[in-house]
Amino acid sequence: MIVTPVWYMMLAAALFVIGAGGLLLRRNALIMFMSIELMLNAVNLTFVAAARQLGDINGQVSVFFVMVVAAAEVVVGLAIMVAVFRRRASASIDELAELRG
Amino acid sequence: MTELVLFVLFGIGALAGAIMMVISRNPVYSALGLIAAMFSIAVLYVVNGAHFVAAVQIIVYAGAVMTLFLFVIMLIGVDQPEDTSEQLPIQRPAALALGALLLVGFLIVIGAGTLAGSDEGSVVGTVEAIADELFTNWLLPFEVTTLLLVIASVGAIVLAQFKLRDRR
Repeated sequence: MIVTPVWYMMLAAALFVIGAGGLLLRRNALIMFMSIELMLNAVNLTFVAAARQLGDINGQVSVFFVMVVAAAEVVVGLAIMVAVFRRRASASIDELAELRG
Repeated sequence: MTELVLFVLFGIGALAGAIMMVISRNPVYSALGLIAAMFSIAVLYVVNGAHFVAAVQIIVYAGAVMTLFLFVIMLIGVDQPEDTSEQLPIQRPAALALGALLLVGFLIVIGAGTLAGSDEGSVVGTVEAIADELFTNWLLPFEVTTLLLVIASVGAIVLAQFKLRDRR
């Protein structure tokens, strides 16, 4: 049985859906954030599989950029989370309704 | 054959880590599940010839980012139980149903995909190959990401500093 890049894409789709489910089902802001990271990882795996399928290194360069942006996003997001926690002492996103109109 | 074994082993590892991340009550276990998933994905990168990307995955994601996550989990506190009551009663079943629908849609699209593969397996993402691409065709985006990282680190410092001054 030959493993084709399509298999990796299907695995990546499953990981993406698990991440999306975690984002929708959990209320803890940190775990929702981790779910976003998992979704980004799934997309990266798709990029790598496509790079192999197409014989094109640009897919792997794209993964590099996704990782850089994800790192920046994590830094800012966690800083916001710590700042919110200092004020509210809670990591649950349902309590953050101050901007509600 | 080797690839099949690696795919099954680490594919299951990635899925198990991901599911552990979503369902575990303790955020530290969630972080450990995500680390397991990221390591498994790094192995799959190596199988696909993306050696540099796999190294960056281990160093940046499983190393730096997850350490930051664990640090914040410890800072925020893991002892308070999560409020599992939903404000919208329909959200949980709707999320599960839409997730299943999304997965089915993905699998159909990928299964019916017409991705033209000519020289499969010929891409080896060594440092030289990536750098060759990165510093010629992708030079401007690469420079812009440095700006992004500077903005992100300045933003993180400002967010941390602001509250300190506020409290005094």
